[in-house]
Amino acid sequence: MKTVIEDPRVLKAIKNLESPRSVYLVVSSKGGVGKTTISTLLSIASSLEGHSTGLLDLDFVNPSTHIILGLDPRVIKYIEEKGVKPYRVFDNLYYFTIVSYTMDNPIALRGGEASNALWEVLAIIRWNGVENLYIDTPPGIGDEHLDILYRLRRRVKPIIVATPSKLARRAIDRLVDILRETGYEEILFIENMGSGVLRPYAEERRLLYLGFIPYLSRLEESIGSIEKLLNEEVFSYVKAIYKNLRSLIR
Amino acid sequence: MVHEWALAEAIILYIENQGVKRGRKLVVKTGALQSIDEEVLEFALRELIKERGLEISEIEIIEEEPLLKCRTCGYEWRVDPSSMSQDVRESIHFLPESIYAYYRCPRCGSIDFEIVRGRGISEIRVEDRD
Repeated sequence: MKTVIEDPRVLKAIKNLESPRSVYLVVSSKGGVGKTTISTLLSIASSLEGHSTGLLDLDFVNPSTHIILGLDPRVIKYIEEKGVKPYRVFDNLYYFTIVSYTMDNPIALRGGEASNALWEVLAIIRWNGVENLYIDTPPGIGDEHLDILYRLRRRVKPIIVATPSKLARRAIDRLVDILRETGYEEILFIENMGSGVLRPYAEERRLLYLGFIPYLSRLEESIGSIEKLLNEEVFSYVKAIYKNLRSLIR
Repeated sequence: MVHEWALAEAIILYIENQGVKRGRKLVVKTGALQSIDEEVLEFALRELIKERGLEISEIEIIEEEPLLKCRTCGYEWRVDPSSMSQDVRESIHFLPESIYAYYRCPRCGSIDFEIVRGRGISEIRVEDRD
């Protein structure tokens, strides 16, 4: 046999992602909708409910989950054991971000390079023992999303985070269309900085509406402190959303 | 540096996925940017070959020298991972794309460059019996 390589990392990535019971891919059609904050808070809510939880930051160009968690890139260390074990943030919350390798230096990745980084990360990080994995992604639909959406279709459940802005509506439509065309029937939906006005839209498009979070001006002050975030109003909304998620996904 | 085990698993999964169960020699081409510990990789491959019931007796690991090319001015240059600081080398070992956080074109200073070769595993081949 002589073969030009396809990509052995994809096979290993699929195997690694077989371990968690649920893998959620958090996506948005536009930036600034609160996707990273929601991914992070959902992972905290899941872990506080007693589930071993993973948070994976796949936004290689603008990773920021560590800022929400208040972690200095220098303290994020991984254990090497037949691959790489994610960093334990607390009790049962496990975390991986690229910033521990880049030290938060700016990196500009073209599509192919982002794909390469994606498969490398997914192939080496072991999520053994993790029940729920939340993957934060860059805004929009890029090569990383398409790689995951096409190649890991059977493993991931997409969660769309969107705001009620009229400008965003068409962009959400496009995102839903892409997900449907890629073969995703079950699409979860969270309305951020809203009041529930997107519920009819979600129902019309057969999305599983998990709830809304209103615009909360105080939130900014608590970014960087898990303790403060837990006491913010936002966390009670996230807990309700998490509860809905658990009841919808068995 | 023992994430070689994860790479070995990816290689074996790939071979199995190709439907190959036996052969004379497994040839793996790795990129020097990843600073793979060849002994560890070979050990992991042998263990996995045994565990998965494959019949492959020889393993050859070939390291490819890294070559970078600037997309702005076209300049090509080589990097030697052994001359990097331990932290940078280790970051690139795990994730070769980390190089974009530490390097730029030595001629024009652009950060828009590509890894032409020597990034990671670029070839897996099982040679048949003679």
